[in-house]
Amino acid sequence: MSAMADFSEEQGAGTLRFSGSLTLACIGDLDDRLRAWPGEVKALDLSGIEHIDTVGAWLVHRFADTHGARVEGLDPDSAHLLEQVGNADQPVSVRPEYTNSFSRVVGEIGTAVVESGRTLYGLLGFLGGTTIAFATVIRHPSRFRFNATVHRFEVVGVSALGIIGLMSFLIGIVIAQQGAVQLRQFGAEVLTINLIGRITLRELGVLMTAIMVAGRSGSAFAAQLGTMKLTEEIDAMRTIGVSPMEALVVPRTLATIVLMPLLGFYSSLIAIIGGGLLCWASLHIPPVTFIERIREVVPITDLYVGLVKAPVFGAIIGIAGCFQGMQVESDAEQVGLRTTAAVVQAIFLVIVLDAFFAVFFTWIGWI
Amino acid sequence: MARIKGEPIISVHGLKTSFGDHVIHENLDLEVRRGEILGVVGGSGTGKSVLMRTIIGLQIPDAGEIRVFGEPTIGREETEAIEIRKRWGVLFQGGALFSTLTVAENVEVPLREFYPKLDQNLLDQIAAYKVVMSGLPADAGPKFPAELSGGMKKRAGLARALALDPELLFLDEPTAGLDPISAAAFDELTSSLQKTLGLTVFLITHDLDTLYAICDRVAVLADKRVIGVGTIPELLAMDHPWIQEYFNGPRGRAATATLERDRAREQAGTKD
Repeated sequence: MSAMADFSEEQGAGTLRFSGSLTLACIGDLDDRLRAWPGEVKALDLSGIEHIDTVGAWLVHRFADTHGARVEGLDPDSAHLLEQVGNADQPVSVRPEYTNSFSRVVGEIGTAVVESGRTLYGLLGFLGGTTIAFATVIRHPSRFRFNATVHRFEVVGVSALGIIGLMSFLIGIVIAQQGAVQLRQFGAEVLTINLIGRITLRELGVLMTAIMVAGRSGSAFAAQLGTMKLTEEIDAMRTIGVSPMEALVVPRTLATIVLMPLLGFYSSLIAIIGGGLLCWASLHIPPVTFIERIREVVPITDLYVGLVKAPVFGAIIGIAGCFQGMQVESDAEQVGLRTTAAVVQAIFLVIVLDAFFAVFFTWIGWI
Repeated sequence: MARIKGEPIISVHGLKTSFGDHVIHENLDLEVRRGEILGVVGGSGTGKSVLMRTIIGLQIPDAGEIRVFGEPTIGREETEAIEIRKRWGVLFQGGALFSTLTVAENVEVPLREFYPKLDQNLLDQIAAYKVVMSGLPADAGPKFPAELSGGMKKRAGLARALALDPELLFLDEPTAGLDPISAAAFDELTSSLQKTLGLTVFLITHDLDTLYAICDRVAVLADKRVIGVGTIPELLAMDHPWIQEYFNGPRGRAATATLERDRAREQAGTKD
């Protein structure tokens, strides 16, 4: 192991004699000691050192520079190193300068507002673009990508059956269990069946499915299109004359629009089955009675409410996913950010629209 | 620390690497000597990057022995491996800068990691002169990697690779994707840093001009092993078809011609 870097003053001569290894590993407290050095220095004698690297050279350069001292006793290689390090002595800031926190917060809020306005505007434009693409495909059916669409149907729909079924089954059980516990206090356990039947068909079936599809497929759309944008696949498509809106966005959006009602209905059924099983197990209501009660208490309009909402939610999820994917530019980091944005926007818009639908259906009397 | 020029700094012996059934290297031997710039060439898919990744320990070989600084690198304890890692710097193909940190902060990362006691002030100063030494403009320090061009990213990556004043530098295609002027400047930078800092450089490249301009020796990878190591004239004397095609193909001849023209011009200049 090399000796630690050290220095001592030669009496009266104003010369500092360095020893040891002036390297990063052996630098120790040399920096502090050199900075705290009080006296006049005329020369630095480096003839006694074992080895010097850029860090050592930097310290020597800085000290010699501030004290106006000469550097002596270096072999040609080390002198060259010292010269190179000296040439690199330029003011470089390490971090970007920060403005004060108040103006930064105000600035960030401003940027966020402008950004959300721009996103909303862009999303609206993209909705228009998608509609036009759909119209073109309807007018020229030969341009419809049948294989791509079928593949999307499989990925968005068939592959999601397992996870959506499991989720819905558990949600059904939870609603039934919570409902039973609360309603028991009023001696109205039997109303648990109304609760399960109506809430799953009207709200939860479709809403939970929308959240699941947004997380599964909306994010996948954004990530796929984003990656294709990065690798210039989409630009290549355009130059060949293939419209990415028709080839990529239409099949994906169509898949979510068509499959959301199907998945939502499936989800509601499984949730009702889960609730029914819990009623059987803990409230001792046999399945036959449960199904009969469901048919009595759940109006058919509840099913319509769910099925009307579902394709709209599907469209939102598909368009938000594709829109965010197409916004990716230049940077792999953006794919991650855009994917997150796609899911957040889709779920947010779905819930906002769900509120509007609730008001609307109450207003037209489907309660 | 004795630093004898010419002693082997990396020695690879009987190396075998494979991905599943696909064998990349078999019975590969290579020696890199202290103080030299060794160029590593080979066709696409011959495992140049894999060889580098194996030497620096990112890829575990199936068989063989690798010694760096005379110490085996395979199967070492993490604490011992760190002592070896302190002594080398690696420049990955795309620069591999940490995207959430500025250029100067990127340079500080290895310093902070290996020498946590360094004063922040000194860290900033070291980062500053390393950034300038790597040929970046002074205002690049506080920029984020996303704001840099490809060439600047490579320089920033080089600044980070040099942060610990390594004895050994691995460069993976440093001039790929750079325009000829930037590529020549990068070659010159590598060569000048190598002389100033006394580095040993392990340089993977496709660039014939780089080979001619700065490499002391060249290792050729083909048929799953190193088929030849030596200076370019030594390699040209070998009778392997790939080597012949590589150096005597149209591009190889062009690079030789440029070199000869430069030499002739230099000689003419000295006569005047």
